[in-house]
Amino acid sequence: MTDHHSDIDSVSGKSTTGHEWDGIKELNTPLPRWWVITFYLTIVWAIGYWIVYPAWPLIASNTTGVFGYSSRADVAVELANLEKIRGDKMAALGAAPLADIEKDPALLALARAKGKTVFGDNCAPCHGSGGAGAKGYPNLNDDDWLWGGTLDQIMQTIQFGARSGHAKTHEGQMLAFGKDGVLKPDEIATVANYVRSLSGLSTRNGFDAAKGAKIFAENCVACHGDGGKGNQEMGAPNLTDKIWLYGSDEATLIETISQGRAGVMPAWEGRLDPATIKAMAVYVHSLGGGK
Amino acid sequence: MNKTVNPNELKPADDVGPLYAARKKVYPQSVSGTFRRIKWALMAFCLGVYYFLPFVRWNRGLGAPSQAVLIDLPNSRFYFFFIELWPQEVYYFTGLLIVAAVALFLMNSVGGRIWCGYLCPQTVWTDLFYAVERLIEGDRRERMKKDKSSDPLKLERISEIVLKHSIWLMIAWWTGGAWVLYFNDAPTLVKELVTFQGPMIAYIWIGILTASTYLLAGFMREQVCTYMCPWPRIQAALTDEWALNVTYRYDRGEKRTSVKKAAELRALGQQVGDCVDCYQCVAVCPTGIDIRNGPQMECIQCGLCIDACDNVMAKIGRPKRLIGYDNDINIHRRQEGKAPIYRIVRARTIVYSAIIAAVGGFMVYTLATRSLLDVNVLHDRNPVAVKLSDGSIRNAYTVRLLNKSGYDRAIAIDVEGPVNPTMHVVGVDSVTPDRPIIVIPRDSTSELRLLVTAPAENNPEKSIPVRFHVMDIGLGVAASATDNFVAP
Repeated sequence: MTDHHSDIDSVSGKSTTGHEWDGIKELNTPLPRWWVITFYLTIVWAIGYWIVYPAWPLIASNTTGVFGYSSRADVAVELANLEKIRGDKMAALGAAPLADIEKDPALLALARAKGKTVFGDNCAPCHGSGGAGAKGYPNLNDDDWLWGGTLDQIMQTIQFGARSGHAKTHEGQMLAFGKDGVLKPDEIATVANYVRSLSGLSTRNGFDAAKGAKIFAENCVACHGDGGKGNQEMGAPNLTDKIWLYGSDEATLIETISQGRAGVMPAWEGRLDPATIKAMAVYVHSLGGGK
Repeated sequence: MNKTVNPNELKPADDVGPLYAARKKVYPQSVSGTFRRIKWALMAFCLGVYYFLPFVRWNRGLGAPSQAVLIDLPNSRFYFFFIELWPQEVYYFTGLLIVAAVALFLMNSVGGRIWCGYLCPQTVWTDLFYAVERLIEGDRRERMKKDKSSDPLKLERISEIVLKHSIWLMIAWWTGGAWVLYFNDAPTLVKELVTFQGPMIAYIWIGILTASTYLLAGFMREQVCTYMCPWPRIQAALTDEWALNVTYRYDRGEKRTSVKKAAELRALGQQVGDCVDCYQCVAVCPTGIDIRNGPQMECIQCGLCIDACDNVMAKIGRPKRLIGYDNDINIHRRQEGKAPIYRIVRARTIVYSAIIAAVGGFMVYTLATRSLLDVNVLHDRNPVAVKLSDGSIRNAYTVRLLNKSGYDRAIAIDVEGPVNPTMHVVGVDSVTPDRPIIVIPRDSTSELRLLVTAPAENNPEKSIPVRFHVMDIGLGVAASATDNFVAP
């Protein structure tokens, strides 16, 4: 850059800024006035914005602006409005008799939508996001229900749980026949094969069916009933169907009989509000229609 | 044009000047003639449609909107006279866009920038604003004089300016107002707007469109076409040697000279042109160009220079259309003494027309044959299949039934597959076993949870197709969908 004197450019006839680099001069072409005015207006606007809205972070807080605007407060208002809108619908759900909800398409849709989200938050860790269950955790899509699959029974199980410690919880225990020394290992193997025969599964060669039936009648019928049909009062599974909570192979059955089983379903009363529990019951019932 | 230039040999006069050009204000002069009349008629038609279409009523029955053209955003419906489109049918708009684009190409290959000159909103509104300006401030010379005048503003001049801008703003405001009427029941919305009860979003949109109309048509004008619009640059690639463009027939025009001198020279039998250099074509041009310089990007081909030139030719007793719709081929043919030829039917126009006909025909066909009852089926993904206690297999589906008609429908659902399945819809007690009947309210959709069970003896070993039939039991209108039945 050399000296700073403005001169007239011979080609364009315009004055230069006087800046020169390697023989190249800069034309003095000011920004358009509208552009400059807009620029100044944005500065004025920014100062106004700076005063009106929260701007400066302080050590523990921030300047709040002259109107005390807060996006957090806005969100709180929005959430409250949403709660108000949904509150009416959830109140309608809470007031409707459980048996009638599935008959009303609007209530059914609401219960299923609400139930699906709450299920995802609370039930999916054990039962899976689609309620398909896992070993030891019942599949809620099928028609086999330990504690009963009617709407009322499902709702009761959700409310109070099973072996949950709640005063009204379902109680019922599969005893540890081996660990507690009630049955000997060979008796356990025999009755395991007998139980497999109840649902038409293959049995080990040389298995004594009569002995198995006798052990079953003496030890198992009290809970699982004559013929092993199960008892929903005690959460005793039906041993004659095709659905097995822990597995139907011989080794698993021997383990079950020896060690016992006592899966826990938590009680949701107190953790979820009544209308939500109702929505949950309807949702779970609609997964497989219950029984 | 492109030749190699040695920078050292450049003289200052060779330089084309700076890249920045200050705007030269254009003062188009009023003109009358064929193309001006066409432009008035098209302006009246376009603006008439735009401003008044929302007020056209269309009876769709009780509870349905009675506006002929309505974009009902809250309910995701688009109404166009007898057509009602749902969100899943937006492909009709894709088709419309294809037809519109190819129609532009076709116009271009036949008659140049017909869109720019006669139909483009920028042209139409700018033309309207010019008309207002002319009415209040006078024609070209008067406006130029008034703008140049260095006298302090007189009351008369101030009132003129205020009046002009008020009328412009009113037109702009009405333009914005008409826009929002397409999104809500027009009479109701007008009532709400004038009593300040209208929705905020309507006022915001009126504001945006008022501002953009006022700025684009009142101030930016031809600069929108020259600097903002991509179309002038695209159309250069679409035109060809046969396209008719507004053309100065230089074979007839050169050499330019005065009427008197031309007569003298002609009497001597010398070659002389019809152009008398009166600059009328430049004076009337809304983009301020000289058409005699040949085809230019700035030319919107509105044809006003044709009218201006025709008027002059009539006065000096020379044949009309020294400027006219023509192409360079014909100019050369005439120069060689051959008759001009016009070729509208050629490969390019045939292809464009065929595309328009094919897409348009397909749209009309699908629109005419589309079903007002539809069914969508979505298989449960988690779990895909459930084994029941008796060994049967059950799959669950989410079924969405769409009733696009204007009345409630009682729909029966059937499932058909090789495993003889049974079916249950959650929340529906079937009167006929395995054939649930559901009432779908008019113009709405219903989502159902459908459980399909294959008995143990028919358990499929792998995924098999099943078909869902839905039928309006009153009218017999039916639809179906296929999905799979999956074994665990």
